[in-house]
Amino acid sequence: MTSAVPTPLALIAELTHRCPLHCVYCSNPLEMAQRADELSTETWTRVFREAAAAGVLQADFTGGEPLARSDTVDLVRVARAAGLYVNLITSGLPLDEARLDELVQAGIDHIQLSFQGATEESANEFSGTKSHAQKLRVLDWLKRRRVAVTLNFVIHRGNIHQLAEMLALAESSCAGRIEFANVQYYGWAFSNRENLLPTREQLDRSVEFMKHAQERLRGRMQVEYVVPDYYAKYPKACMGGWGQKMILITPNGDVLPCHAARIIPGMQFENVKSGSIRDIWENSEAFRKFRGTEWMPELCKSCDRRERDFGGCRCQAFLLTGDAAATDPVCSLAPQRSIVDAVVAAANDAAEKPLVKPNWLYRPNPA
Amino acid sequence: MTPELSSRPRMAVGCRLNEKKQPSRVLHMPEKALRVSGPSLEIIERCDGRRTVQEIISELQKLYSKAEPQKVAADILEYLARLHAQRALDFIGGETDRSANAK
Repeated sequence: MTSAVPTPLALIAELTHRCPLHCVYCSNPLEMAQRADELSTETWTRVFREAAAAGVLQADFTGGEPLARSDTVDLVRVARAAGLYVNLITSGLPLDEARLDELVQAGIDHIQLSFQGATEESANEFSGTKSHAQKLRVLDWLKRRRVAVTLNFVIHRGNIHQLAEMLALAESSCAGRIEFANVQYYGWAFSNRENLLPTREQLDRSVEFMKHAQERLRGRMQVEYVVPDYYAKYPKACMGGWGQKMILITPNGDVLPCHAARIIPGMQFENVKSGSIRDIWENSEAFRKFRGTEWMPELCKSCDRRERDFGGCRCQAFLLTGDAAATDPVCSLAPQRSIVDAVVAAANDAAEKPLVKPNWLYRPNPA
Repeated sequence: MTPELSSRPRMAVGCRLNEKKQPSRVLHMPEKALRVSGPSLEIIERCDGRRTVQEIISELQKLYSKAEPQKVAADILEYLARLHAQRALDFIGGETDRSANAK
């Protein structure tokens, strides 16, 4: 293990928690930032410069819906001027052709357009709003502009049977990449977990489908498939490892190692208003807490995979075991794997019962 | 595939070099970035959609005049093919022209 602090590579900029969608698996925290607390254009400008100076290469604009702010085009321009590669992760809802042109002119490098399903009816159900038709319009506008496009389909029990239709939609578009990512269980998704976790049979079939799709489309379109952690043998290196590659900044300027870190009790986060990005990254207690391998339980510390998956996800460990420093229980070697097995077993049992319409907990729009 | 000598390589959509003023040079691609220096950087800087593969080869043979010219040409072709396989390059005017969604 190296004691030197690694260089941060990507800045995840949660520009706002406001969003026209109400997705039942939103990765935002249950307590969202209010509009009045959002950082100003000037502060974000300083943050992008400081991040680039600290070594960051890329800014991912996300939210909420990053286009819910009125200054998103300006933020693209200043992030580009700071030397960053700018990636916009959007629902496509607050967008028309004129604003898309402004984004392209401001230097947007890459747009990730999210989809909640392959059909109008299911997509609208999971996003809690009429959104699908607008996304199809955005796809059409993107065809006529020079910008890289990735389609992000969020997969779960309720739409995993639509993969073929989703793939057909992607193939008819100008996207160079398509990501099918199963929901992971934090935030709103944790609250709705029993209605979202696919069955083993669904998952096996989807993996098989994706393998064929990847082979068929090789060289034409990059297809990524992310399975739910709960079905994995080993945990993922969450965020590429805590404090290893990524910095997340919340709408009000708190600097976090990941989307969900706020749920871990006792964590204190610095704010961009009180310190530089480099100093917070290198020295703040929050980033040092689970960086590297020192904090690990013996099982992880002595494991060959310790610098591949960094013990998995701290937030998932806390949510499932109550201890943020435990081995991520999705790991097949974890002493508390039985917790995950029980959840998976319940999801597979429930699949055999007659279907009732889920009682979704929809994510609200913050004030 | 071997790039055609008459085709004109350019960065694929979503791929670009960062700016010169930055301390180290990076080829940005959607979802990843490669650090580039030396001959790799010299090649990428010339993939501007105007120069042909043949022109890039001639310029680098002059730049690296101490190296065996055949070796320089072979290395460039191999590197361009690799970038193409990673979807970082398009070839305008070649058979593999994928610039359909470009203006």
